[in-house]
Amino acid sequence: MSGTLDLTLAIATLWLAVGLAGLVAPRNLGLIRRLLFPLGAVLGLALAASALHGLFQSPTARVLPLGLPDLPFRARIDALSAFFLLLLGGVAAGISVFASGYIRRGEGTPPGLQCLYYHIFLASMALVLIADDAYFFMVAWETMALASFFLVTSDHRHAEIRRAGYLYLLIAHVGAIAILLCFGALQGGSGDYSFAGMRGVERPVGWASAAFLLALAGFGAKAGLVPLHVWLPEAHPAAPSPVSALMSAVMLKTAVYGVLRVTLDLIGTVYWWWGVIALATGLLSALGGIVFAAVQTDMKRLLAYSSIENIGLIFAGFGLTLIFRSFHMGTLAALALTATLYHCLNHACFKSLLFLCTGSVLHATHERSLGKLGGLMHRMPWVAWCALIGTIAIAGLPPLNGFASEWLLLQAFLFTPGLPHSYLNMLVPVAAAVVALTAALSGYVMVKFYGVVFLGQPREPKLAEARDAGAWERVGLAWLAAACIVLGLVPAAVIGLLDPVTRALTGFGMASLAEGWLFLAPIQPERASYSPLVFFAGIAALVGIAWLAVRLRYHGRMRRTGPWDCGFPHLDARMQDTAEGFGQPVRQVFEPFFRIEQQVPAPSDARPFFREVHDDRLWHWLYLPIARAVDRVTSLVTVLQRGRISVYLTYSFVTLLLLLLFVR
Amino acid sequence: MISAAGFAAQFTELMLAVLLAPVLTGWVNQCRAWLQNKSAPGLLQPYRVLAKLFRKEVVLAHNASPLFRFAPYLIFGCLALAAAIVPTLGTDLPLNAAADAIALVGLLALARLFIALAGMDIGTAFGSLGARREMLVGFLAEPALLMVLFTASLISGSSSLATIVETLAHRELVIHPSLAFAGVAFTMVSLAENARIPVDNPATHLELTMIHEAMVLEYSGRHLAMIEWAASLKLFVYSCVGLALFFPWGIAEGGDWLGIVLALPVLLVKLALGGAGLALIETVSAKMRIFRAPEFLGTAFLLAVLAMLVHVLLEH
Repeated sequence: MSGTLDLTLAIATLWLAVGLAGLVAPRNLGLIRRLLFPLGAVLGLALAASALHGLFQSPTARVLPLGLPDLPFRARIDALSAFFLLLLGGVAAGISVFASGYIRRGEGTPPGLQCLYYHIFLASMALVLIADDAYFFMVAWETMALASFFLVTSDHRHAEIRRAGYLYLLIAHVGAIAILLCFGALQGGSGDYSFAGMRGVERPVGWASAAFLLALAGFGAKAGLVPLHVWLPEAHPAAPSPVSALMSAVMLKTAVYGVLRVTLDLIGTVYWWWGVIALATGLLSALGGIVFAAVQTDMKRLLAYSSIENIGLIFAGFGLTLIFRSFHMGTLAALALTATLYHCLNHACFKSLLFLCTGSVLHATHERSLGKLGGLMHRMPWVAWCALIGTIAIAGLPPLNGFASEWLLLQAFLFTPGLPHSYLNMLVPVAAAVVALTAALSGYVMVKFYGVVFLGQPREPKLAEARDAGAWERVGLAWLAAACIVLGLVPAAVIGLLDPVTRALTGFGMASLAEGWLFLAPIQPERASYSPLVFFAGIAALVGIAWLAVRLRYHGRMRRTGPWDCGFPHLDARMQDTAEGFGQPVRQVFEPFFRIEQQVPAPSDARPFFREVHDDRLWHWLYLPIARAVDRVTSLVTVLQRGRISVYLTYSFVTLLLLLLFVR
Repeated sequence: MISAAGFAAQFTELMLAVLLAPVLTGWVNQCRAWLQNKSAPGLLQPYRVLAKLFRKEVVLAHNASPLFRFAPYLIFGCLALAAAIVPTLGTDLPLNAAADAIALVGLLALARLFIALAGMDIGTAFGSLGARREMLVGFLAEPALLMVLFTASLISGSSSLATIVETLAHRELVIHPSLAFAGVAFTMVSLAENARIPVDNPATHLELTMIHEAMVLEYSGRHLAMIEWAASLKLFVYSCVGLALFFPWGIAEGGDWLGIVLALPVLLVKLALGGAGLALIETVSAKMRIFRAPEFLGTAFLLAVLAMLVHVLLEH
């Protein structure tokens, strides 16, 4: 395994080197597109391969010759790190290949600088995953936040993008403070900030709970958990598409990694009510995220809200893991953890795929608004079919990967009534119902997304000139689409990969319980089993037989003509549902979620005008009051600001005097 | 694990479902006509309609994509597979190990996703209206159905449909209050999902009210035939799931051939009664406004969650 650790460090260094190479000729697009980004992709593949190997080795640690004189950086790799490195490498490979076709001149930051930030971002994520002390972890974590901030604000000439970047930076730092305090609570007065030291500390309930809550808040802010999710729908649409894909697919997962590392590894003993908090926050994020996704009219914002939903499901699985583990139900904890990690992997694949598809659409049409797209299936078939795979996967439908992890999560819920706690047993049906509702709603949202963008008639004349993605972009899309299919069809193999991770964190594995490679059967086959391969073969066979039978038995005559539409002859593109129209039923059913401002025209208006704005109630309940309070406090402090140098010198003098008094 | 007898039973059941489904639709239509004092079409009328549609040529819009042409077959395949995994005659079904109750719900959702996408493909006003309404019904009905199946899974300790049927068929005549709630919820969901009154009306093309028919307006010829057949199969699947959960008696266990032969007339009687009941519900109730549909389905969802809670509180 020391091989894997060295290789990971080497790849992180090489990524940095590739990024720096971009600075040599920041405007040489050919070099960046044809050499540096593909090189980054190859490094990603190498990282994935070495992590795959490292998953099954024993943990290795190493002290690096870096850091402060008596506070060196420590690195360590174990099954949990290796799993997330696999995710990072595999997804980054696809995104980097796509980016080699995507990066253009004249979109804000010069390509060379983008290449630098992009590769620093990749390297810092790899370092976060192998850091073994709080100091190294925080340095890598902050580098990641800053690199992604510069990537988000690539197109910094637009005011709204600068605003989105600022919001992101602000919440990232609120989160970082919480994480820093969490490490403070974890070291338990020993002053030892290495993770190895933290594992050994015995903590009272109070300190352990404080550490857990701080970790949940800090990493939750990065992951986009409600109520710290507001940066996500602003930052994701602002960033260039490969960056949105990378942030959504991998960066949010580093937060999941962090919370798993702190809770299951560093703290060790867990309490059932921690699980309830994680479960409740997760479910709230899941439902809120998908309801807001349903009313979006910007395709990237829609996907960003759907990321909040998926992160919510991941945290719900994590909450279940904690509950099971606190009652020492090891196998079930392993099942819930498997579902959680599996969903991390799946979300990374389908969400990056869909974000990249929106990137291709954006370059082909210069349009992000759903109200101005449509009919792209005919113009961009390659992107459309890849997006269809992503759509089915994200809607949680068999036989693709989204369903496999949701199936495992629902199985974990089904087994919950064995808990020795009656209140929890009562809560579980409600929680399972929320998960089911969320999964069903994501189907609604994805039909809206796909139907409005790719199907129907083009809503703007300029869409007729849209061109399909280029060769590099196609390779990236195909790589991720293939991952969605493979992860969906062979869940037993994926569980085999997750086995060392769950074994390390809960003491139990699921691999021995998967029945052969064909069937997925957690716990016992007679309780539940699922085989996507047989399932897929069944559908394929039935579809094939039906098609052949119709073809052989009857004629294949077909006539092309105009659409029927009940005989209405003046059909045009504006008669289709808009994105607003498609979201309207959800807005109506979940009205309490939204803060709606309506301006309805009066019957006598000569120029009738209808306006409706809906936004997140949290802005008005939480963020704006805090902003106002901060404003008020700062306005008090401004009394000190006189703008005259003599006053400031007096302040310095008084401070010095006070300090001297204090020190003496 | 997969025996020859099991394979034969699986094949018999699949063929039976595919062939019997249009007859069930015909039976419901016949009963409804009788109840409404009309002269009824024959039992085999759906077959005549299918034969007519298969013979006609397909009239396709200029801008129809490959997805539009492929969807009818896929929807048919999904529903046929769904029919194959629900135990109707016996419980020794090889496909049952490949897909449990959750996968059944996923399969129905997959079919719904494709029919909605196909509805939006041509870009007509009716198509997207129908797709939106279908997804509205779907996102409320699907979790309710899942909760109903969860209740049954909790009672039998398994989410495999075969095990559920075996457990439920063999329990003593204890009244499960949870199953009563679940039964009401399931009936409501089935009405909505099969485009029946009070949520939709399969017999009209009235623009303000239609859901399912609006989505498939652009289909013709063999494509429409596949969609119609799939709709019949859907009604058949829902009926059989209802029978398996709430009236499982008579379904043969294991690969017992005599039991399977005996199970056939029992199934026919149960389906006939169920179909007549559906016709009765459709006759005595009025179609509700589309905006009321979320309330109707929300009630079903709450009832289903209540069923699960009742099970956890009282029966566990």
